This record gives sequence, C-alpha cells and structure tokens, in this order.
Amino acid sequence: MNTPGVYTVCIVLPMSIGHALLGLLESGPRHGYDLKRAYDERFGQDRPLHYGQVYSTLSRLLKNGLVTEAGVEAGEGPERKRYAITDAGVTDVERWLSTPEKPEPYLQNTLYAKVVLALLSGRSATEVLDTQRAAHLATMRELTRRKVDGDLADQLICDFALFHLEADLRWLELTAARVDQLAEEVTR
Amino acid sequence: MSLLRAEGLTKSFGKTHALEGAGITIRAGEVVAVMGPSGSGKSTLLHCLAGILPPDSGTVHYGDRELTAMNDGERSELRRTEFGFVFQFGQLVPELTCLENVALPLRLSGMKRKDAERAARDWLGRLEVDGVADQRPGETSGGQGQRVAVARALVTGPKVIFADEPTGALDSLNGERVMHLLTTAARETGAAVVLVTHEPRVAAYSDREVVVRDGRSRDVEFAR
Ligand SMILES: Nc1ncnc2c1ncn2[C@@H]1O[C@H](COP(=O)(O)OP(=O)(O)OP(=O)(O)O)[C@@H](O)[C@H]1O
Ligand SMILES: [Mg+2]
Repeated sequence: MNTPGVYTVCIVLPMSIGHALLGLLESGPRHGYDLKRAYDERFGQDRPLHYGQVYSTLSRLLKNGLVTEAGVEAGEGPERKRYAITDAGVTDVERWLSTPEKPEPYLQNTLYAKVVLALLSGRSATEVLDTQRAAHLATMRELTRRKVDGDLADQLICDFALFHLEADLRWLELTAARVDQLAEEVTR
Repeated sequence: MSLLRAEGLTKSFGKTHALEGAGITIRAGEVVAVMGPSGSGKSTLLHCLAGILPPDSGTVHYGDRELTAMNDGERSELRRTEFGFVFQFGQLVPELTCLENVALPLRLSGMKRKDAERAARDWLGRLEVDGVADQRPGETSGGQGQRVAVARALVTGPKVIFADEPTGALDSLNGERVMHLLTTAARETGAAVVLVTHEPRVAAYSDREVVVRDGRSRDVEFAR
C-alpha cells in the first residue's frame, strides 16, 4: 500500500494569524488591543487570541517590514502603539488570498477568514472560492486515480479523504451562492 | 485543436435567461466535468452543444463545421453518427431487451441484426453487464440499467459522449463504478466526454472542470 500522506494531517491546524491581522489592518491603523478585539469578534469564536500572541505576531510583522509603527498615543497604559500595514504587507495579503490552501480537511477557519477578509477589503471572494475549489478538485482527481489503480486498502483510504474533501467543496459551493448576502453582513 | 467549441451562447425560456453568454471548448478525447448550482444552465448548455436545442444566439462548431448553421436533418445525422448520450434515466426502450437496446443505434444505421448484436454483446461485456442481455430494462437494477445505457452510447464509436447526471439516481458505489467504466471505455476509444454533474466525487473522474454560474461558464484549467 503506498497512499501518500494527503490525509495524514488530521489535527486542526491554526490559521495564519499574521495574515488575518494584516487583513484587518487594511482598513486603517490600529492598536494591538484593538486588533485583538477585531480578530476575536470575527474569527475567534471558540479560541480568542492571547495578548502575547498578538504582540509577538506584530513584532514579527514589524521585523519583516509588513507593518510599521504609526505613532504612539499619549496617555496611560503599556501599549499605546498604533500599527499600519505597509505596501509589502498589502502584497503579502494579496498573495495569501490568491493562493489556495493545501486541500485537507478542517480548513474551515482559514477559508472562512479568507472569504471575510476578501469582502472587507473589497476584493473578490468568489475568486478566492473558485481558486480553492479548483485546488480541491485537482487533489480529488489525484486521489481518484490512485484509488482506481489501487488495492482495496488504497480504495478505502482514498475514499475517506475524498468524502471529506467533498464536504469542503460543498461548503465552498454553498458559500459561493451566499457571497452577496455575506458581503452585506460583513460590511454593515 | 478543439473538437467542439461553443461561443457566446444565449438561450431564454420565456423570461428565464438560462444561458447568458456561455462558452466551452472540448478537445478530442478529454473528459470535462460541467459543474455549478442547480438551475445555472448546465443541461441547457449540454443540449445546445449536442445540437438538441438551438441557442437564441452564439455559435457551436464541431471541428470546422458550424452545428448552429445546420438544418434539422444534418444535425440529427451528426448526433446519430458522432455523438453518444447518457442521461439520468429513461433512455432505454422498455419493450426491447438490453441487448436489442444496445444494438438499436447500429440497426438504425443499417447494420445487419447479427453484426449489430455481436457488437452489442461485446459492449455489454466490457461494461460487465452481459448477464442482463436478454432482460428488459425494467427488470434490471438502476446501476445495471445505466451500464447498458453507457454501452448503447459507446457502441457506435462516437467522438463525443454527452452525459447529464449519469449517476444521479445511483448510490455512491454504483455511481463510481459507472463513472469508472464510462471514462475507461471513453479513454480506450478516444471519445471525449462532456459530463454534467453536481457531485464532486463524480467530477473527480474528469480531466478538468468548467463551472457554470447564472448562465455563464468559466473554464478552470488549474495549473499543476
Ligand atoms: N424547457 C424549459 N422550459 C422553461 N424553462 C426551462 C426549460 N429548460 C430549462 N429551463 C430553465 O432554465 C434554467 C436553467 O436550467 P437547466 O436545466 O439548464 O439548469 P441545470 O444547471 O441543468 O440545473 P439542475 O442542476 O437542476 O439540473 C432554469 O431556470 C430552468 O428552470
Ligand atoms: Mg440539469
């Protein structure tokens, strides 16, 4: 049996917090705590960010030139710094949105965040969904070829992955059909 | 080099705009899945491509011949000699046996009964349903019936098979078996397949997909 590890990663992968924060900064400079609140509100349903995560992510983005400090507010409190996205940061968000995720199950956090951030920034969410659907179907094709040529064990393992990827695809399809409605709610 | 090419197709049914500028290109021997939400115009596109339904505007070319400029007689001749069809159900003649059903297209082209039935039996065998040759379609299971329908679509050696939800009435296992047999046979004979389906696992038997949304089609050629 030689089914490669298309389905070996069955753990829930954390989505790219850096990209999500960059995406949120596209609408204007914000404080770290402000960013945390915006993130939690949109994407943090059961797993809000820790402040530590926010600041370590921001300092990495700062070091890589994707954000820049946009002034310090007068007043009390430890963190009154505001951060702004740079041109390089915008390019990085563009690239993230237009690159499909490697098709594996449990992508919902990342895919949902990409759709919302595309809508928030006035980009095409349909484009994001179509790119992803093509990547998913390409992987499903490969699994199908492997299944057709394989023994029963290969078939069962490939089928397991195929059914899960199909569930993702159904979600992509359903979301594509409701993009206009979601746009209204997200930008309200 | 394209085998079948549609450009700028529009088609309305009363106030319903089923196609609004749809296009698609099919190359010889490739299996193309046509996907998209219910009511988006997939079947209408397939019917226009196959010369079953005349579009309101736009063109369909088969090789260098313009299908949309042919008269009814020329179009049905083309369908009989170059195309094969598989639908969700209801395509077999209930009064004939499965063998006679598969032999029918050859008989209509003037082939002798004995020769037609020999070819038909061969195709039933390739689709692993020689066992139902002497039964009528009503006496077979859904999966067997669809394999007989695939045999009938392939028996004339068509250049294009049009399949509209061919597995829509089957369970996963039977549906996939039919898809495997259909695509294998098509690849062996060099026939192209235009496969309308909303099931991703069925579409995964294709070489590439075209997505139809609101009467417009979009080729997705994913670079790998
Ligand atoms: N003969 C007809 N008369 C009137 N309206 C029609 C006819 N055929 C199709 N339509 C309409 O045209 C639109 C496209 O229909 P079509 O059958 O092509 O969709 P489809 O993508 O194949 O959908 P499904 O996945 O449900 O089969 C629909 O709104 C449908 O109601
Ligand atoms: Mg249809």
